[in-house]
Amino acid sequence: MSVGTIRTRMIVLGTAALLVAACGGDDDTNTGDGPGTNDTVAEDDDTPQENEQAEAVTLVLQTFGDFGYDAAIEEFEELNPHITVDHQRMGELRDFAPQLAQWIAAGSGAGDVVGLEEGILLQYIENPDGFLDLFEYGAEELEGVYLDWKWERGITEDGRLIGLGTDVGGLAMCYRADLFEEAGLPSDREEVSALWPTWDDYLEAGRQFRDSGADAAWLDSATGVVQPYVMQNSDVFFYDTDGQFIGDTNPVFREAWDFGLNLAEEDLTAGLITWSDEWTAGFQASDFATRPCPSWMTGAIEDRAGDAHAGAWDVASIPGGAGNWGGSYLGVPAQTEHPQEAYELAKFLTSPDGQLHAFEAMGGMPSSLEGLSDPRFTETTNPYFRDAPVGEIMAATVTELEPIHLGALHQQTWENVFEPAMQRAEAGTESSDDAFQSAVGEAETLQ
Amino acid sequence: MAPADSGTAPAATVAEGLTQLTTHVGSPPERETPSRPGGTSGASRPAPRFPRRTRLVRLGRFEIKAAPYVFIAPFFILFGIFGAFPIGYTVYASLFDWTLLAGNQGFIGLDNYTRLFGDALFWNSLRNTFGIFVMATVPQLVLALIIANLLNRQLRARTMFRMGILAPYTTSLVAVGIVFGFIFAERYGLARYLLDVIGVGEFNWRNERLPSWAAISAMVDWRWTGYNALIYLAAMQAIPRTLYEAAAIDGARPWRQFWTITVPLIKPSILFTVILSTIGGMQLFTEPLVFNYGRIQGGSGRESQTVAMYIYERTFSGTFNVGYGAAISLILFLVIILVALVNFTLVRRSIRTTEE
Repeated sequence: MSVGTIRTRMIVLGTAALLVAACGGDDDTNTGDGPGTNDTVAEDDDTPQENEQAEAVTLVLQTFGDFGYDAAIEEFEELNPHITVDHQRMGELRDFAPQLAQWIAAGSGAGDVVGLEEGILLQYIENPDGFLDLFEYGAEELEGVYLDWKWERGITEDGRLIGLGTDVGGLAMCYRADLFEEAGLPSDREEVSALWPTWDDYLEAGRQFRDSGADAAWLDSATGVVQPYVMQNSDVFFYDTDGQFIGDTNPVFREAWDFGLNLAEEDLTAGLITWSDEWTAGFQASDFATRPCPSWMTGAIEDRAGDAHAGAWDVASIPGGAGNWGGSYLGVPAQTEHPQEAYELAKFLTSPDGQLHAFEAMGGMPSSLEGLSDPRFTETTNPYFRDAPVGEIMAATVTELEPIHLGALHQQTWENVFEPAMQRAEAGTESSDDAFQSAVGEAETLQ
Repeated sequence: MAPADSGTAPAATVAEGLTQLTTHVGSPPERETPSRPGGTSGASRPAPRFPRRTRLVRLGRFEIKAAPYVFIAPFFILFGIFGAFPIGYTVYASLFDWTLLAGNQGFIGLDNYTRLFGDALFWNSLRNTFGIFVMATVPQLVLALIIANLLNRQLRARTMFRMGILAPYTTSLVAVGIVFGFIFAERYGLARYLLDVIGVGEFNWRNERLPSWAAISAMVDWRWTGYNALIYLAAMQAIPRTLYEAAAIDGARPWRQFWTITVPLIKPSILFTVILSTIGGMQLFTEPLVFNYGRIQGGSGRESQTVAMYIYERTFSGTFNVGYGAAISLILFLVIILVALVNFTLVRRSIRTTEE
């Protein structure tokens, strides 16, 4: 309720920031230690029996949401008996991100390994001083393990690697097979995928669906198509590589904006705000027939649509062929006292094996090539979605994806500025052009 | 509305400090008990045997002078740490180009403030804050006054009613937010249904300014009306019955009695609630946040983003701009003082007129 609290927090972190200045010397020493420690541990790796003599170390791992790491951590501790992992779950991302920012600025409080959601990583990529350059601890060995775009996104402009990819959000199109059938559209997932190789085909199928007199909208909201559309068709989004805002001039973004709002104009969208309670109610009331869904959203759909709709939803490929939405990284804050061990932990958790553990626990899709082609992943089917081979469908969309430059403010620009503006235009409270212009004006004040 | 959270703790400390003080000052005989240990307490006792007598006397005098300050010190120390220092530091931080991500980039003077005055989003949030404040507070206090007056009569199950009006205050704010979120849901909400039935039409509860303000005000009032009513009721019960009896004999009807006896006599309580409501209303944060499904920008067009939410957005998302957040906080602080003063003056004047 009170600004007092916020102000106090701000002050506390301000104070903490002052302390950073005092602790600055320590940080430098730590970083200086890096390569030296590197050598010793590298020896350890060659001669595993020495591990037992190594000093006991406790590593703090901080993640948000649920990374599904329990099994992976157990295995890591077995392989490294001298290391204990204290896994601290920090709640939702929106609580964790501000805390982490304060700890990084303060120079203490952050774990030895921290989970970085994509949008957060993008911010630290442009302000990387709080994180270790993992190349200094031997991360060159990992080149080629991950999807190219995932790997490159963790590297700063001056060539420092601050994040190792955990999962990716391969995109598919979730659809209501039962509603498709009623509307006279094919309902088999292969045929549905064949129905919409491109976004224009998707629009056309939507028209057919609408004209069949179906009692549901074609998709939940116009905003859902923008991210996949732009990522498939452009190598920049809102910001160019110099950090300049180009949302107003990027033709692909405007195309995606217009395409989404055209769907709304054609009366194909339900106008529901993603993640709102209304959206949840929409799932239960069968208000819409399709929804672009990243791999991690299948669980969210299952939760919202509930048992009543088990077997109604199915998964087909996304129009346009490729796409990614979200996914996370692990980074090692520079304030850690055990940089080499922390790197080893991050490396293990993001290894194909670690990722498959996480996939089995929570459904996060591997970001390593080996993980993506492993039968443990590809042969998994999802019973809620009519036994759809979710892994197989989604793996294709992330391997085909080209790297795209997003920039530090990407997530905020989309979620806080353009997405709401698009919702206004969709709801008809503002014209498409007005909403676009006011969003451009707002985005320019973000920096 | 809400008493400022930070206000309660120091107040308690003052009370404690005062109690300690009175106990100490009020019990001089205790000092004379010879069995009492401790060097200083012996000072007030005549002790000619000690060669260092004068020194002890001086110490005793010092104790008498200093003790009160020592006893009230806990409050001031706490206030210094949690009140004065943060405010001072906010002023300091607001003068720097300082983000959590990039660190402190140096002194920039009043640039944050210049930027603030040209920031349409800030003005928008200030406008929303005022709008919701007026829409929520005026009906809330009037309603509280009426309810308190009703509860001040001989009623059946009076205690039950009195407890009942406080019930909303004890519910979790987030639960209130969720329930009201459902009531004011766009497509399946109760409010939409009821308004449809009486033929008023539809509102876009989150994406239009007035409807979203009204919905949030409803939430605020639901929670705080009973609380204010209880404060008024307590004040009303302190008014001597004889005044009403005298007025009744003079032929004053209940309405007249209410305005010429009750309201003027509970004026201090009214002023108190006005100040608290002002502070709470200006700092409104949780209700609009939960109402907007946790979206810090409050509605697709920021229709119900309050200043507190805007501060949070700037400080704890995006670039984590601490300096700019501090500047907005400070301006909000000044706005609250100003508005509280204006309201205080307005209410005091208007009630005095009735009194005369």
